[in-house]
Amino acid sequence: MSAAAVEGATRSPLDAIDASLAERLLAAALSSGGEYADLYFEHRSAADYSLEDGRIRTVGRGVTLGLGVRVLRGDATGYAYTEELAEDRMLEAARTAGQIASAGAAPGPIDIRPVKLAHRYPVTEPSLARPGVDKVALLRRADAAARAYDPRVVRVEASLVEEQREVLVVTSDGHLARDSQPMIRFGVSVVAEEGEGSARQRQVGRSGGAGRFGMEFFARAGQSPEDHGREAARLAIGMLHAVEAPAGPMEVVLGAGESGILLHEAVGHGLEADFNRKRTSNYADRVGQNVASPLCTVIDDGTVDNARGTINVDDEGNPGQRNVLIENGVLAGYMQDRLSSKHFGTKPSGNGRRQSFRHEPLPRMTNTFLAPGQDDPEEIIKSVKRGVFAKRFAGGQVNISNGDFVFALTESYLIEDGKLTAPLKGTNLIGNGPDVLRKVTMLGSDFELSQGTWTCGKDGQSVPVGIGTPTMKIAEITVGGTKTR
Amino acid sequence: MSAPVQGGRRLPDPKVCQQLAEQMLSLALKAGADGAEVLVSDGSELEAKVRLGETELIKEAGSRALGLRVLKDDRAAVTYTSDFSPGALERFARESVELAVLSEPDPAGALPAREEMAREVADLDLWDDAVLSLDVAEGLRRARLGEAAALKFDKRVTNSDGAVFGRMVGASAFATSAGFSGSVRGTRASFAVEPICDDAEGKKRNGVYWTSSRFASGLADPEQVGLEAARRTVAKLGARKIPTGAAPVIFSPEAGRGLVGQLAGVLSGGALWRRSTYLAGREGTAVASPLIELVDDPLIKRGPGSRAYDGEGLPSRTNVLISEGILRTFLCDVYAARKLGRRSTGSATRGVGGAPHVGISNLILRPGRTPAAEIERVDRALYVTDLMGFGFNAVTGDYSQGAGGFWIERGERAFPVTEITVSLAFDDLWKRVDAVGDDLDARSAVQCPTFRVSEMMIAGS
Repeated sequence: MSAAAVEGATRSPLDAIDASLAERLLAAALSSGGEYADLYFEHRSAADYSLEDGRIRTVGRGVTLGLGVRVLRGDATGYAYTEELAEDRMLEAARTAGQIASAGAAPGPIDIRPVKLAHRYPVTEPSLARPGVDKVALLRRADAAARAYDPRVVRVEASLVEEQREVLVVTSDGHLARDSQPMIRFGVSVVAEEGEGSARQRQVGRSGGAGRFGMEFFARAGQSPEDHGREAARLAIGMLHAVEAPAGPMEVVLGAGESGILLHEAVGHGLEADFNRKRTSNYADRVGQNVASPLCTVIDDGTVDNARGTINVDDEGNPGQRNVLIENGVLAGYMQDRLSSKHFGTKPSGNGRRQSFRHEPLPRMTNTFLAPGQDDPEEIIKSVKRGVFAKRFAGGQVNISNGDFVFALTESYLIEDGKLTAPLKGTNLIGNGPDVLRKVTMLGSDFELSQGTWTCGKDGQSVPVGIGTPTMKIAEITVGGTKTR
Repeated sequence: MSAPVQGGRRLPDPKVCQQLAEQMLSLALKAGADGAEVLVSDGSELEAKVRLGETELIKEAGSRALGLRVLKDDRAAVTYTSDFSPGALERFARESVELAVLSEPDPAGALPAREEMAREVADLDLWDDAVLSLDVAEGLRRARLGEAAALKFDKRVTNSDGAVFGRMVGASAFATSAGFSGSVRGTRASFAVEPICDDAEGKKRNGVYWTSSRFASGLADPEQVGLEAARRTVAKLGARKIPTGAAPVIFSPEAGRGLVGQLAGVLSGGALWRRSTYLAGREGTAVASPLIELVDDPLIKRGPGSRAYDGEGLPSRTNVLISEGILRTFLCDVYAARKLGRRSTGSATRGVGGAPHVGISNLILRPGRTPAAEIERVDRALYVTDLMGFGFNAVTGDYSQGAGGFWIERGERAFPVTEITVSLAFDDLWKRVDAVGDDLDARSAVQCPTFRVSEMMIAGS
C-alpha cells in the first residue's frame, strides 16, 4: 500500500479540535437554554478484503469523519450532525441540536478537563498500517485449509475487515475523553455438497472471530485462518447428514461461549435502563426481586482486555466498567446511560454507546455473560435422557415488552440417554426471558467468552458486543423443529 | 458549491451531486483507472418523536458521501469518502487506484458493455415539494395527535413507546465510464405509533401501526394511525402458547412480507452462481403453488422501492420471477450474469460503501382474488401477525421462526397467541399456499397480501 495511505492511518483530523473550539460549540448548543450538551467527534478508517472462489475479488477502503451534537432538556434530546468540520458548519449543527430548548440563558464558561482512561486494548501490530498483501495472505490460508479439509467442500469465501475508530467526546460538564478503538474481524463461509441430481445435499458452514486487536489476533488459540477455514468446513460437512429437529418443549443443554446469545436476548436487552425508565421492559420496577434461578449471576463487563464489546470509554465520555446486573438470581441494577441514570438518581454505568456520530447514545451492552457454576459440563449432558444440545447460533431477537425471545441454532445435536447423537437441521429455540432463567437447573464450571463476530442492533443502531456463558441446562424450552415426537 | 437553501439548511440537489460524480470520475481516470463508477448520495433526515405527550427527540441533519469503484487491469477496488475538501478527491482517486493492485484480475468484474447502459432517466414521480413543508413543528403535532388517540382508545392502553414522525429528502447521482451519467431525487415521510398495554404476570404487550409515503398526501391521518395501533395492541392481551402440532397458517401482509423478502435472497443470481440457494437448477419448474405470482418492478410511479436506473447504470425493467408457481428467472447484476452466461436483468443495487450486488426494487407478491376475510373462514388455523428471529437457511431452504398472532376457531379469532414457532421447508411452504388475498399492502418495497399455507408445524406447549 502507498505511503500516503499508511500516513493517513496514523494522523488524525481530531488533533485539530482544541478546548476553546469545543467550548464555543458547546456554548452554541446551549444558547437556547438546554441543560446539557455533548460533542462527539469521530474519525473512522476501515478496510475490507474478500476472497471468493480462490480469488481476491474486491479490496475496499473508506474513511468517515464527522461531529454529532446532542443537547438535553429534561428527558428530551436534540440531535444534529455534520460531516464538514468547518467551524460554521459545526456551529450550525450545535444550534440545530439546541432547538430542543426554547428559552433560557446561555451557559457560563466551561472548565474542560481530560478524563483519565484505562488502556484495555493494547495492540502490538496495528493492522491498518500493515501492507494489504499480508491480509490477502491470511484469506488464502483460510481458503486452502477449508479446501484441504474434505473434497466435498465446493465453495469457500473468506473476508477480513479492519477498523480504527478514533473518538473525542467533550461534555458541557467539562469532561473530555479521547479514545482510539481498533477492531479486526475475520470470517470464512463454506458450501459442501454430496450426492447427485435430486438426491444432492448442500450445506453451509461458517466460522469467524473478532476482537479489538491488530494482526497479533491471528496467533491466538483457535483464531488462525486455518482454524476458521477448517471449522467452517467441519460445520458444513457435519450438517450434510443432519436430521429434522424435534418440535415442542424439552430439556436443552447450551454449550459454553456462544450460548451467551441467550443471555443477551433473554435478559440483556430487558435490563437496558431506557426500557425500564419508560417502563416498557418486563424487568421494570423489579430491582431487588428474584428474576432468575439462584444459580444465575449476570454481568456486563466493558473492561475485558481486547474483547469485541470492550470500551475504555463509552460514547458519552464515561469510562467502561464492570456491572453486576443479576446476582444469585436477584436483579441488582440496569445498564445506564446519562439520560436514564439521571432519571434513576444513579450514576452512568459506562453503557452509553452509539453506532456513529450520526446517532444519539443509548444504553447498550458491552460484553454480557453468565458467571460459571459448579457442575462438570460432561455430567450436564449425561443427565439428559432426551433433549437437544445447542452449540452454535446465527443470532437472536427479543421483544422487550413481553420478554419473548428466539434464537437460531446452526449447530445442535440430539441428546439420547446422556449422549450426543444425530446433528440437527437448523432450528430455533423460543422462550420467555424471566421464565427460562428460572429454569436453569445446572451450570457448568467451564466459562468461555465467545470470540465471535457479534453485532447487536437496537433502534436501527449497530454496535459490536461480546457474549459468554458456561455450559448450562434449561429444564424446559420450546424447540422449533418440524418433527413431532 | 452552491445549492438551494431550505430553512437555513442545504437541500439535496441532484445536479450538484452529478457534477461531483462526473468530477470524481474524471479524476479516477486521470489517476490511471481503466474504468470507474461513482455514486454520490446526499440526504437530509428529520425525526421528531413524542412520548406520553412530551417531546422526546428532535433530530435534524444532512449528509453527503461518495463511493467509487475503480478497475485497473481487471482488478477492482471499492472505496468511499465524505471528505470533499480541496485536494482530498485527487488523493482519494490516487489511493483507490493503488489499492486495486491488491485484488486479482477478474474479467467478470469489468464494467457493463456500453450498449447495455440506460439512455434516459425516467421520471417516476418520486419527489413531492409538499413533503419539504412537513417540518419539526408539524412532525411533533402529528406525533402528539397520533399518540393521544392511541392512549384514549382503551383504558387498558397504559403506556407508550411513543409516536415518531420521520422525513427523508435525498438526491443521488451515478456516473460511469461505461457511458452513463444520471441523477435522481426523492422524498419520503413516515409516521408510526407504538402503544403498550399491561398484561398478567408483569408482562407487557406492544403493537405498532405505521404509514409511509413519498407524497405528503399519501400519509394516513395521524389519529387513524394511533387508533389502529391501539386496536392491534389491545388485541394481544392474554396471549398464550398453543399446543405443538400441525395446522393451517395464515400470514398477515406485515408478517408475510418477511417471507417474501427471503425469496429475494434465494432468487438472486449472486446466490445461484455461488450455489447458495435451494432454488439452484429449478428454473422452468414449479417452486410454488399456481396461485403465486412474484414480480420485481422498479418502474412503479411513486413506489417505495422504485428507481429509474440500476446500481450499474442499466435501465430498470420489470422482472417476473415466479408466475403460476413456475420459477421464470433469477435476478442478475452484470457480474452474476457473466458468471452464469446470461444478461443482467437490471437488478444491481449499490450503496456508497460497497460494490454493486443483486438486489430488489419493489418486490411484489401479486394479490389474488380471495377477500382477506374469506381466508380466515377455516375451521382452525394460526393467524400470524408477528415473526421474529433469523430462522431461514437459504442454502437448504429450512425455515423456522418465532411467531405471534391469533388462534382461529370456526372462522373467528378465538384468542391471541405468543411464544411459538412455525416451521416448514421453504419449498413446501410456497407449494402449500392455498389462498392469496386481495389486500396488497403497498407501504414498503416488499409487498404482499394476506396468504394461507395449508399446513405447517407449530412448536408450542
